[in-house]
Amino acid sequence: MGTPGRGDRPDPRRLRQAAIHGGSDVAGTGLAGRLVQFCEELRGEGMAVGTSELLDATAALSQVEWKDRDVFREALASTLAKSPEDRHLFRLVFDRFFFRAAELEAIRHDATDDRLAREQSERTRPGEGDDGQGDGDGAGQGGEADGGGDGQPDLDAVRAAIARAIAAGDHGRMGDLAALAIAGVVGHVHDSGVVGVDVQRIRRTLDLKPYADPDAPEGDPRREGLPREGIQEFERALRQELERRRIQRVGELPPARPLNQLDRGLPNAPGRDLADVHRVVRQLKRRLNTQGNELRGQRRRTQVDVRATIRASLQTGGVPVVVKERPVRPRRPEIFVLCDVSTSVSSASLFFLSVMHALHDAFRKMRSFVFVERISEVTELFERERDFRDVSDAIARDAGVADVSGYTDYGRVWREFLEQTEDELHPRATVIVLGDARTNGRDPAAGAFAQITARAGRTFWLNPEPALYWDYGDSVISHYAPYCHVHECWTADQLEAFVSALTRSGPVAPTTKAAPKGR
Amino acid sequence: MTGVSSVPSTVDELAAGLRQTGYLPGDTTALVSHLAIHLDKPVLVEGPAGVGKTQLAKALAETLGRDLVRLQCYEGLDEAKALYEWNYRKQLLRIQAEGNASGDAGGWDAVQDDVFGEEFLLERPLLRAIASPDPVVLLIDEIDKTDQEFEAMLLELLSDFQITIPELGRIAATTQPIVLLTSNNTRELTEALKRRCLYLWLDYPSLEHELEIVRQHAPELRETIARRLVEVVAEIRGLDLKKPPSIAESIDWARALLLLGAEDLDQRTFRDTLSILVKHRTDLDLVAERVGMRLPAPAGG
Repeated sequence: MGTPGRGDRPDPRRLRQAAIHGGSDVAGTGLAGRLVQFCEELRGEGMAVGTSELLDATAALSQVEWKDRDVFREALASTLAKSPEDRHLFRLVFDRFFFRAAELEAIRHDATDDRLAREQSERTRPGEGDDGQGDGDGAGQGGEADGGGDGQPDLDAVRAAIARAIAAGDHGRMGDLAALAIAGVVGHVHDSGVVGVDVQRIRRTLDLKPYADPDAPEGDPRREGLPREGIQEFERALRQELERRRIQRVGELPPARPLNQLDRGLPNAPGRDLADVHRVVRQLKRRLNTQGNELRGQRRRTQVDVRATIRASLQTGGVPVVVKERPVRPRRPEIFVLCDVSTSVSSASLFFLSVMHALHDAFRKMRSFVFVERISEVTELFERERDFRDVSDAIARDAGVADVSGYTDYGRVWREFLEQTEDELHPRATVIVLGDARTNGRDPAAGAFAQITARAGRTFWLNPEPALYWDYGDSVISHYAPYCHVHECWTADQLEAFVSALTRSGPVAPTTKAAPKGR
Repeated sequence: MTGVSSVPSTVDELAAGLRQTGYLPGDTTALVSHLAIHLDKPVLVEGPAGVGKTQLAKALAETLGRDLVRLQCYEGLDEAKALYEWNYRKQLLRIQAEGNASGDAGGWDAVQDDVFGEEFLLERPLLRAIASPDPVVLLIDEIDKTDQEFEAMLLELLSDFQITIPELGRIAATTQPIVLLTSNNTRELTEALKRRCLYLWLDYPSLEHELEIVRQHAPELRETIARRLVEVVAEIRGLDLKKPPSIAESIDWARALLLLGAEDLDQRTFRDTLSILVKHRTDLDLVAERVGMRLPAPAGG
């Protein structure tokens, strides 16, 4: 059954995961065995779960009734996951672990689609049957659409139903509606091959927005705006459904993959997480401000200033007793920043915009651009507005970067960028691109990009997706990679690593690049 | 209320007990409290300021009919203020009294044994919780404000419920206290401490839950206004503020609206009472602009 995990590298964490997912019959199948497996999986994701905690978990389970999945999960969580980050991880791993266990059983028994769906819902929602009220008509709707199969459900009706379920916080129906939604949007959304991207696209097609929409029909909860948590929960249901379909198509469990780094790392709730980003950015500013000075003390080798030395030697009768050195000036590169603000990077672009804001304070000569379909210079805006919030508001309001489709068009962006900065790109300039390189099937125009990098001294690309997803679906990062330094960047740590690369690496010899033409 | 000193045996009973004291627990809160009582393990409660972490300890104490012993942590808190201290003045007096009475050197040994007795011990909160003849609820508030050394000192107490005093030996708890530690997550606590605790993350409550809480504390407020109020508060928390409003502040706001006899939550009322919710200059502007504008205009024009 399960293929061995991604154990190419002798990484103990991977090996551990491979051992777990490879054969599930190894450990005992009783509760204790399952719990140990589960803890192993948590450890595999980097949580520190000690034996004492495992014992606590067992003790805790003996104190509660298991009739509710939530109670079972919370009892485990309170003994195993001991920080907000760990709790978040725990939830993801918990869902994945029991989802996979259920799927594995289904494959073993060679369950058909309908049987499997029924078993799945029985297995994962044992407590749901008790309340009964919402379940009845939810199942009715689901059955209708599933049974139809060939006939596509009406997209508007699906939209309205989903909006209602989210507004009411009806967990039971979301699973059913996710299946409906996926069937409904076939043809509207093309498959990118990456579940996370598909989820975002489907969500957009379904018009699920947290803010109020005055165009929505009377009585529709979308008029008031949908609760953010509800939308997130529906996204989780969508993701699970997409994964389930894939498993069914292939007929076996995919190799267990470490958790999607975007899920574990990036800010997804507004408020608190954004505050975290700001904290890191503040640190970043301090570091950027002091970095140049630090360099002055460190670098021992300096150039002799001949003119000053001779001048000083006049005091000693022409004998150069005191050698004067040229002062070391910190490198203050001229920077061009291009930031993707389209929806596929929506969670990352707030992060990126605040980074841009920090960079603006640290580097005097800097020009900033934002783009979706076309490019818009926001340098003045950053100089005028000292407050980050005003900046992001203003960009959302009047940058005018999206025309019709709202999909990123990299080719056009490169050409416009070249036009606007033709005279100013020179070998001392640094270009930084913040984007996921998802072209939505349009021409990547790597040639134009190559032209930019040839003119500029250095080019960095910061990609907010984990390297695992690069070149999946419509990501074309490999087209650009030969011309620039590509960095993975979705956590504050990676950002710091990048910043030190930016400021410390010193003057990059322009000889490594094509010679500048016509300056 | 009936005799509350008996320990509730199920999660639901405990939740009902907490409700009776005016604290409306979330599902997880009741569950973890239940586990803490039955597994004899301390609970580490984390979450943003003002979600009822301290209140939970008070409610638990009331539900279980126990005394609440509270240790408020702050930077520079040391053993002398948390555990115990010798009462120097009394010791000195004792020695002087002894010297005046007998006048010979032979009494020294006796005096030495004597002055390090329990009579000269000043109990501080932790020792009081341990030595109390009746079981108590011990609240160690804002543990993240202390330094790591203090945390290390707590380890013995938390895992074995005992305290070692060099001159006296070990003092073990005669009764099992329920220990709650709260933290605002301003610094990462040590692994060793976390390992010994159950973990409870208290977040801002859901809309319905908060509505229930507000209505419990301001029952005269009209249902529609109360609902509008918690919606607005939830919206404000979604903004990126320096200090998001806590549950206590929503309750204060509800009471203020009640006092002013507000008929509806319109722009003018909102502007007048905003300072109850938001307490930073920059936050005020932001909230007035983002949330205030969307409320209905005052009825009178």
